[in-house]
Amino acid sequence: MAEAAIHDDGRDVVETHHAAVAHGHHGPPTSFIRKYIFSIDHKVIGIQYLLLALFSVFIGMIMSVLMRMNLTWPGTKWPILATLFPEGAPGGVMTPEFYLSLVTMHGTMMVFYVLTTAPQGGFGNYFLPIQIGAEDMAFPNLNMLSFWVTFVALAVLVAAIFVSGSTVIGPTGGWTGYPTLSAIGDKLNVPGMGMGMNLWIISIAIFCIASLLGALNFIVTLLNLRARGMTLMRMPLTCWAWFTTAVLALLAFPVLLAAGVLLLLDRTAGTSFFVPGGLSNGETVLPHNGGSPILWQHLFWFFGHPEVYIAILPGMGATSHILSTFARKPVFGYRAMVFAMFAIGLLGFFVWGHHMFISGMSPYTGMAFSILTLSIGVPSAIKTFNWLGTLWGSQIRFTTPMLFAIGFVSLFVAGGITGLVLGQSTLDLSMHDTYFVLGHFHLVMGVAAIFGMFAGTYFWFPKMFGRMMNETLGKIHFWPTFIGVYAIFIPMHIMGIVGMPRRYAAFTEYEFLRSLDPLVMFVTIAAIVTALVQFLFLYNFFWSMFKGEKASANPWEATTLEWVVPSPPPHDNFAGNVPTVYRGAYEFSVPGAPEDYVLQTTPDATSENVTPAAHGGVEVSGNGGNGHKH
Amino acid sequence: MGRALGVLIWLITLASVLLFTNGSWWFPPSISEHGPAYDRQFLITIIVVGLAFTAAQIGLGYAVWRYSARRTGERAVYSHGNNKLEALWTVITAIIFIGLGIAGQRVWAQLHFRPAPAGSAQVQVVAQQFQWNFHYPGADGKFGRTDPAKINDSSLNFIGLDEADAASTDDSVVGSLVTQVNRPVELTLRARDVTHSFWVPELRFKQDAVPGLDIKVHFTPQQVGRYEIACAELCGQLHYKMRSFLLVLPEPEYRELTAMSQAQFQKRVTELFTKYPLARR
Amino acid sequence: MHAGEHLATTDEWGGGALPYHVGHKKLGMWLFIISDAMTFSALLIGYSYVRASSDQWPTPFPFYPSIIFSTVMTLCLLASSFTMVMAVGASARKNYKATRRWIGLTILGGLTFLVLHLIEWKHLIDEGLRPFSLAHEWAVRWPNSPPLMGATFFAITGLHMFHVLTGVLYLAYIALRVRRVRHEDVEISGLYWHFVDLVWMFVFPLIYLMSVDMTGGH
Ligand code: HEA
Ligand code: HEA
Ligand code: CUA
Ligand SMILES: [Cu+2]
Repeated sequence: MAEAAIHDDGRDVVETHHAAVAHGHHGPPTSFIRKYIFSIDHKVIGIQYLLLALFSVFIGMIMSVLMRMNLTWPGTKWPILATLFPEGAPGGVMTPEFYLSLVTMHGTMMVFYVLTTAPQGGFGNYFLPIQIGAEDMAFPNLNMLSFWVTFVALAVLVAAIFVSGSTVIGPTGGWTGYPTLSAIGDKLNVPGMGMGMNLWIISIAIFCIASLLGALNFIVTLLNLRARGMTLMRMPLTCWAWFTTAVLALLAFPVLLAAGVLLLLDRTAGTSFFVPGGLSNGETVLPHNGGSPILWQHLFWFFGHPEVYIAILPGMGATSHILSTFARKPVFGYRAMVFAMFAIGLLGFFVWGHHMFISGMSPYTGMAFSILTLSIGVPSAIKTFNWLGTLWGSQIRFTTPMLFAIGFVSLFVAGGITGLVLGQSTLDLSMHDTYFVLGHFHLVMGVAAIFGMFAGTYFWFPKMFGRMMNETLGKIHFWPTFIGVYAIFIPMHIMGIVGMPRRYAAFTEYEFLRSLDPLVMFVTIAAIVTALVQFLFLYNFFWSMFKGEKASANPWEATTLEWVVPSPPPHDNFAGNVPTVYRGAYEFSVPGAPEDYVLQTTPDATSENVTPAAHGGVEVSGNGGNGHKH
Repeated sequence: MGRALGVLIWLITLASVLLFTNGSWWFPPSISEHGPAYDRQFLITIIVVGLAFTAAQIGLGYAVWRYSARRTGERAVYSHGNNKLEALWTVITAIIFIGLGIAGQRVWAQLHFRPAPAGSAQVQVVAQQFQWNFHYPGADGKFGRTDPAKINDSSLNFIGLDEADAASTDDSVVGSLVTQVNRPVELTLRARDVTHSFWVPELRFKQDAVPGLDIKVHFTPQQVGRYEIACAELCGQLHYKMRSFLLVLPEPEYRELTAMSQAQFQKRVTELFTKYPLARR
Repeated sequence: MHAGEHLATTDEWGGGALPYHVGHKKLGMWLFIISDAMTFSALLIGYSYVRASSDQWPTPFPFYPSIIFSTVMTLCLLASSFTMVMAVGASARKNYKATRRWIGLTILGGLTFLVLHLIEWKHLIDEGLRPFSLAHEWAVRWPNSPPLMGATFFAITGLHMFHVLTGVLYLAYIALRVRRVRHEDVEISGLYWHFVDLVWMFVFPLIYLMSVDMTGGH
């Protein structure tokens, strides 16, 4: 019957589908280059993305420590910096422009090259096809292209630090690159606004293209390649998260791309999209005229706000998945979780103005954005409640991934809740561009989303590399990190309340910041300790890759498809034997079942649907949707 | 493990709450008319979100404390959720959050929807890398014409004041903002190179100065004294040094000052700085 | 379907099927079109934003040559969309010769568009329009107008031209391999082509018709 429906569209569709299933059999490559470098296997590409993120996150982290050192001990000589950056830190003393270039690079690295790569391109690439029962992504070649384009973008960004000429340091415009500073900074002799700024824009533009292609691939894969029986409402929440993220990326990145091209034109072709007339460098009037700096802010944040959800949604997915697995309990309110994710994604496109309350945008628009912003807290709260609901009455196994998933919930609430303060246009009058904002987004993005990545890494590592990560080291990593990040970022809120502005190279100039000196010192020490602890993770990661205990196919006793296949999975994931799915993703502690988990592929013993009577009225093949029946 | 984590979550919550409530660090005292209303809204909000934060963390801590797996092979409760609960907490949070959002519009509306009250003092502000220029109309109450082509830093004409314009002869352009206590002041914010942001923590007020726009804002300072003006939008390498002062003066001193010529004005402001030291905190 | 296996769900969304009855490539093209439409929207909205916030904006396009030219260009694209529909129809009937002929005509439409557009660019450049400044004459006629007309004009029509050019190359590739590619591939190239035409249907009124010189020119 389904076939009839397909047929009226002509032979091709059916053929395509078979071809699609068949193209998984592109035979394992043998040469080193095809296998590990220009691979079209989604699993290899996933790991490549992870390694790219791992590189970026450590660079970004080291930058953040340098920033903290400069803020806490301004004017101190750090001999090593004198050798590494003779221009940025002459004599080892960091210049203010060097500080700003660190801030810019730190933000850019972290937002784009860490949080937009690992959670989606890394884990999503590796596990989305397996979790839905596909043998690869829909477009394996495009997938490879996405990764390598991302790689080029990163290379361009790194080059931006090192270009010399009029600039001896990286771009200094902040990760938001606001014009007119970013557009005419070089004409105003602001250091770091020459070639470095151009490369920054080019890097972002290339990155946009890569993300777009990746997003397209994810959506097609999820829609077209689900194995038989994998209905939408049986998908793991991770898949929903990756899917929603891909939709956001597909719609948001093109806008940043367009904005980036216009900014580049302003800088290089003399256009004036973002530069109004009548500006002066103190001697002569600049030749630009007619543009608007606010236009950039609209375009940037139309992308930027969805972007922060692109950063967090995969973490939410992983958290739901891991919480349920180690709580040995089905996800509480599966459907509500899915709808909440969609609501966040949808509303996320209508709140960008909350970054612009103070920008000179119409105050009436500001009011509308303010109220919409507060409503986006509702689906986020729903998710939080459901996570707590999942833990309620559970049987928690405290593995390292579970610790990080619980940490995610804690940090997400801590960081998200201050969004309700910033979202009020009135309160933003004082809080905007202070450390309160930094506290907010570091908790929610800088660490909650990162905790999602940690949880994912500890959880999926055995599947990816066939070996367990060391649990003891993992736990030693967790405790100080969890305490450390709170110690770094909660005090930042207080600094913001006192009024400490962000992107200040030093706090030496203002009397009203004096009282904060002890807090500044405290935060820096916490940051250094926390950063050091991360090397433990790095060590564990690479040590376990070669020396870890061998992992079985399903070491966590989980239910979804990735645990049906060997660790690591064979080249085409299922060795040509694509499974059929019989139930929802989180069937834990099913009464009457032999184990406390039921794999999605386990057929029911007697018939298709276990008779409700057999389990006291509970429908076993139900998928976690509240009362959902088919 | 579960207990340890539960206790840790509670301890972190306690520490966070203490940091916010112990009073060592908080807003500087407010000096503007809308300040108390701002502070009230902030306090209400921080209490509401603080309670939500505490409740959520206590709940989370309790769950990990209470539901550690036991060795007996006991199973977790098999439940896929509860629609009634789901609806309940959706409605409650929606009411609280959106209620907060609506309440949060009052001060905003007062400052931004209403024009400046009649009789407000007028000051034009021109921000540049890396200083603030405050342009006063002088006795005639009229601002002299400005022209970007006349801007010349080496001859100290930072805002391009046109000397040829009769209205400009009694104007003063000074590096500090001088206001009269209890009298509303309307600022016209401009920027001549990049975006800056006018920010005085004691005023509970911040507004970007954007190239190409004339942004009019108003507020009423209510406390005589001297306060720091900071730049709150990244504007280049010396962004962190773009400091100026807000002087709130009693009426007589204000009158005397604003009637002066530019040179006297400048000198007198410096004298007043010693009379009104910054509050030490 | 595999005999003997009873699936829990047999509907199209139940996995193992194509829910939209569309293969990967076609679905991929649809998604690409959506995202590309976002890029163009951003540009057009940016253009409208700066135009709306300017005191004045030049309306220099005389009836001849600009409007005549751009109208003919529009007709070229419309006609090429029609021939593309015919090509897809022929391909459905497996009439490869006709397919190739119709695609050929489509390419011709596209190439004519490109040539006319380049002539139009040259004309404007000769008049003195630059990305960073207006033609001198225009600057005199519209003294309060920002120099952004050239920037928006070249950026938007340039990006569109790039799309047309890509489309022409893409169609040529399909036409050459028409016997080897599948019918769906022809349809997909058609989708892309129609999208490029559709974008022009926004660019034409916003860039050209809104800048017609109502005074009858100089
Ligand atoms: C992952 C990233 C991420 C996420 C998820 C969020 C989430 C939110 N953000 Fe944030 N935000 C950023 C990243 C993020 N943000 C970044 C990077 C910036 C700065 C950019 C820059 O300028 O450089 C920023 C800045 C920013 C601003 C601008 C501040 C300024 O510059 O002046 C605002 C203002 O409205 C805001 C609001 C919000 C809101 C309302 C949410 C909401 O989605 C939050 C919703 C969550 C909750 C509301 C918690 C839910 C839980 C409960 C309510 C518990 C209840 C339970 C019990 C009581 C048991 N954010
Ligand atoms: C993901 C985002 C992210 C992360 C993780 C961080 C991490 C940190 N950030 Fe950053 N930060 C930003 C995003 C982030 N930041 C952004 C967007 C800005 C704004 C830039 C701008 O203004 O333009 C900013 C700005 C910023 C400033 C403000 C500068 C200023 O305005 O003057 C400061 C100051 O202290 C700071 C500090 C820190 C510290 C101490 C850390 C950390 O060192 C804390 C310790 C680190 C970790 C706990 C993470 C370790 C993670 C791993 C090891 C990952 C493992 C990898 C895999 C699992 C694959 N950050
Ligand atoms: Cu001026 Cu920052
Ligand atoms: Cu936002």
